[in-house]
Amino acid sequence: MKRVLEAQLDKYFNPQTTAEIKVIEGTHAASHAAKLARVKTISAYPITPQTSIVELLSEMCASGDLEAQFIKVESEHSAMACLIGAEATGARSFTATSSQGLLLMHEVLHWAAAARLPIVMVNVNRALAPPWNIWTDQTDSLAQRDTGWIQFYAESNQEVLDTILMAYRLGEQVMLPVMINMDAFFLSHTAEPVAIPKQNLVDEFLPAYRPEFTLDVNDPRAFGGLTKPDRYMEFRYNIQKAMETAARLIPTVAEEYDYLIGRHHGTQVEEYRTEDAEYLLVTSGTITGTTRIVVDQFRDQGVPLGLLKIRTFRPFPDQAIRNAVAHVKKIGVIDRNISFGSGGIFFNEIKAAIYNAKVHPLLNGYVAGLGGRDVTPSVITDIAEHLIKSKQGKDLIWIGVKK
Amino acid sequence: MSQILFEIPKVEIMGSGHLACPGCGATMAMRYALKALGRKTVVVIPACCWSIIDGAAPYSVLGVPVFHTAFETAASTATGIKAGFVAQGKTDINVLAWAGDGGTFDIGFQSLSGAAERNEDIIYVCYDNEAYMNTGIQRSSATPQGAWTTTTPVQNPKSRPKKNIVDALAAHHIPYIATASVSYPDDFIRKLRKAKSMKGMRFLHILSPCPPGWKSQAEDSVKIARLAVECCVFPLYEVHDGRRYNLTHKPKGLPVKEYLKLQGRFRHLSDADIEKIQTEVDHNWRTLQRRVEFSTEIDTRSDVSDQGATK
Repeated sequence: MKRVLEAQLDKYFNPQTTAEIKVIEGTHAASHAAKLARVKTISAYPITPQTSIVELLSEMCASGDLEAQFIKVESEHSAMACLIGAEATGARSFTATSSQGLLLMHEVLHWAAAARLPIVMVNVNRALAPPWNIWTDQTDSLAQRDTGWIQFYAESNQEVLDTILMAYRLGEQVMLPVMINMDAFFLSHTAEPVAIPKQNLVDEFLPAYRPEFTLDVNDPRAFGGLTKPDRYMEFRYNIQKAMETAARLIPTVAEEYDYLIGRHHGTQVEEYRTEDAEYLLVTSGTITGTTRIVVDQFRDQGVPLGLLKIRTFRPFPDQAIRNAVAHVKKIGVIDRNISFGSGGIFFNEIKAAIYNAKVHPLLNGYVAGLGGRDVTPSVITDIAEHLIKSKQGKDLIWIGVKK
Repeated sequence: MSQILFEIPKVEIMGSGHLACPGCGATMAMRYALKALGRKTVVVIPACCWSIIDGAAPYSVLGVPVFHTAFETAASTATGIKAGFVAQGKTDINVLAWAGDGGTFDIGFQSLSGAAERNEDIIYVCYDNEAYMNTGIQRSSATPQGAWTTTTPVQNPKSRPKKNIVDALAAHHIPYIATASVSYPDDFIRKLRKAKSMKGMRFLHILSPCPPGWKSQAEDSVKIARLAVECCVFPLYEVHDGRRYNLTHKPKGLPVKEYLKLQGRFRHLSDADIEKIQTEVDHNWRTLQRRVEFSTEIDTRSDVSDQGATK
């Protein structure tokens, strides 16, 4: 076991591809990624727990380590509007936000995607008020479901950094913006060793942004003008097609990243110990890391429990999920989010995805850990045991609600 | 006023075939603005009449790049466009935010204030037709006191005075603010050229007659805009650094009734109402004159426009 771990660490922190290993918080992993991506414009507004992302970027810009225009706007709405303008000139751009800030951006998130501007944004998943709560909860980003943004969910600080670099590569290829989500505090303010890849390798992986159409005084065009019913629908069709292309490209981008930099975090999903699994837990974000431990414990006892980690919420990995569930008997989806009047949001998407599958395993939806409540190994063990005992699938099972 | 012959540039950057109503002031304003700014200009248009006037996709009446953006984002999107160009070494492009009064006085005021406070290097033009005309004449905070709109019917016309947007912008200490009128194209073009020659945040407030919204005759638009100036309702002046005021045209001081009577939106007003408006106009005009007089005493050593110029 120890030798396996060491081998994994060697691959994870490959000295051939690593400039430096830093013990940093998730927020700073995001800042380093933006720098490595050589972003040209940054615009942001402070919100806890996103602030340290932009604080470090401000320092990088002030010291000249990063040559970018940093616009310190008066709201998140303006931060996104600013980047919409910047990206339309052909400048690679970056922002970060969280919670209420992301909600304030909602209108312009649609604008960024429909204008086909591959902006990359980090969102620190934080609960929504009222009551005020600054801890983790995914409802903020999941409420942006239909904006046309590609959405990734990260499990570790290293995955945050690597996914941001892959996000630029992917987004600029399909001309859609990308949001990388990390859990408040569990990632944003937890220090982990993070390998900073060598700049020349990142440059090789991520060439300069050269969009086909930009605001160009030598080639004047109008962007976003009034479009009547005879033409509008095709714009929407093209966004959906771009999402489908993104779904096809994600494995390729992950492979290329692995080839150059030596790390692979999975495609749209990552399967963990799913070989011969009869029971499957489905997670996203930091709950995944805890679930790995629980899966190992069950496996040690001979219980065929596996784990499916969802990395992208949009495009949703329908096919990967259908493949993953083809041979399992029971699935438990753990959601750190809630769609009021319905249930866990990942659960509902998964339920929809397997409707057209050949097999229909028992499916339970668990809602846990809202507003940063700890989801410990013992909580996940309870969920797994409940799942294994279940005779009939249930859409919404609340975990740990105090009566 | 200078009596030197002023020539309007012959170049037509705005083409024909726009979708504006006859007599639209905003259309004349755009034509003059582009004559002054030239082709190295990018226009940012939030939701406003101009989102329609430019033409339905794939057509555009403007001979420069146009970026349509959300209602409240003219200033923030323009800021980003400028930053994007600067980040790529393209420092000589004029970024022109072109918004109506709703997008400037109301919903876009926050992002405008933010951009002004940061002294962003953009030119922001508000063409002010004094209501939400594109949605069918609803009151905005730019609607003058006493005016009819569909949401301020004649039984209950607008009770509050028009927001003074120039004062609000002056409070941000930006390098350059000017009012301009389509009825004085020489003054208009001079101001746009001056704005173009400067750095930092430049704001132009243009009164833009709207025949359907003002219930006026299309052929009277130029006349009405001229009367607004000559009646001191809309004086032509500049503000440097948010504090040094100067008039660019000495108005005749005609009675405000001359301006009001050509517009159906004021038809319901009684003589007493008009007298009240005259009093308000007189007060505003005297305030402006005092500011102009006081401006000669201001020490210019701490001017913010210098900071703008060296940015």
